[in-house]
Amino acid sequence: MSDTSFKPLNRDGIARRIAQDIPEGWFVNLGIGIPTKVSDFVTDREVIFHAENGVIGIGPAPDEANINPYLVNAGVQHISLITGAALVHHADSFAIARGGHLDLCVLGAFEVAENGDIANWARSPDEPVKQVGGAMDLAVGAKRLWVAMEHNTKGSGESRIRTLCSYPLTAKGVVRRVYTDLAVLDVTPKGFAVVDTIPGLTRKTLEERTEAALIWP
Amino acid sequence: MIDKFVPSLADAMAGIQDGATVLVAGFGPGTPELLMQGLANSGARDLTLVMNAGGRDDGPVAELLATGAIRKLICSFVRPNSVAGRQFAAGTLDLEIVPQGTLAERIRAAGAGVQAFFTPTAADTILAEGRETRVINNRLCLLEYPIFGDVALIDAWQADRFGNLTHRDSARNFNPIMAMAAKLTIAQTAHAVDLGAIQPENVHTAGVFVQRVLHVPV
Repeated sequence: MSDTSFKPLNRDGIARRIAQDIPEGWFVNLGIGIPTKVSDFVTDREVIFHAENGVIGIGPAPDEANINPYLVNAGVQHISLITGAALVHHADSFAIARGGHLDLCVLGAFEVAENGDIANWARSPDEPVKQVGGAMDLAVGAKRLWVAMEHNTKGSGESRIRTLCSYPLTAKGVVRRVYTDLAVLDVTPKGFAVVDTIPGLTRKTLEERTEAALIWP
Repeated sequence: MIDKFVPSLADAMAGIQDGATVLVAGFGPGTPELLMQGLANSGARDLTLVMNAGGRDDGPVAELLATGAIRKLICSFVRPNSVAGRQFAAGTLDLEIVPQGTLAERIRAAGAGVQAFFTPTAADTILAEGRETRVINNRLCLLEYPIFGDVALIDAWQADRFGNLTHRDSARNFNPIMAMAAKLTIAQTAHAVDLGAIQPENVHTAGVFVQRVLHVPV
């Protein structure tokens, strides 16, 4: 951890990096947290953003004067609609998610494993109150799932990139790619493959901060 | 003459039995807040409440739970620090947590007469423990049953006397599917409009799914 020659991406930085990889024409659902920020950085392409509560075509956040109290996203934050947006009811909205109609879903996570497992809804099976929301539906339903998260936990610095997830799973074998503050990793049949790393980060440091094995190009 | 409008909240809420399963729509906007107050004051007990989330410390869900009339909550999300979270921790509230898409589909299934379905959602998770799974099209799937409502409380932007409804913007959410899934669907509407004022192709929830309408001007 003495290596200070690199500067981890902040949350906006991770979102900006993800935005680079979303091509024009995709239908995309963004989870709460870092993923929500991704749309702010997709400004030069037509990408349609979906929200679980029935919005297809989320626009920029409105200013105070233009808030429509009848229009929110899945985090119950006020939103606007793009020209060409569509509104559907909750079952149709989840048919979009579960029926394979989303090109991409980006979720936050506690952990991702080299077999593509994702854990993002509970830190323990004994957690008394469960907060599932729509993550399990999105994780199994989207054509591809990317994860945005910090590489290590805040307190103890534990690696969130795991050989196996230790927290209760959201879904098995579904993650295709992980974007962290340190690197972009593809989930391959052989494990995590490094796509790119932030400037100044050495191979040794990334390996020290990653519990799972890494495949280098 | 068909006229589903009722004159008062008491008329809207009449006849809800102890032990009923009550579906309550809303996702932020689209929440039938006055009808929820009516349910809280109706005296019906031992209810099963079905809605997306368990609410917070205040607001209509918290007020309803605080009456002690709810025995069981079926929803996708409960905050530990909320009336629902504390009642569950104290053992006074049963909780069934359902992934949000499965919740919507179980409600839709009830309205459509589908008696069960298999879905990959949650099949690989602890929510599937002890339950029937089956591999279909090479995917592990979990058996899910419909959620039939005795009563649905829903919210609308416009309603006519046949019970045809529109819902404004994202206030649509669970309203159309919960209307389908209950024996008695009670709607509160911001606007009461003449028959024909809603173009047929613009009806979001058809009157066939709605039994009572209460005009609650905004």
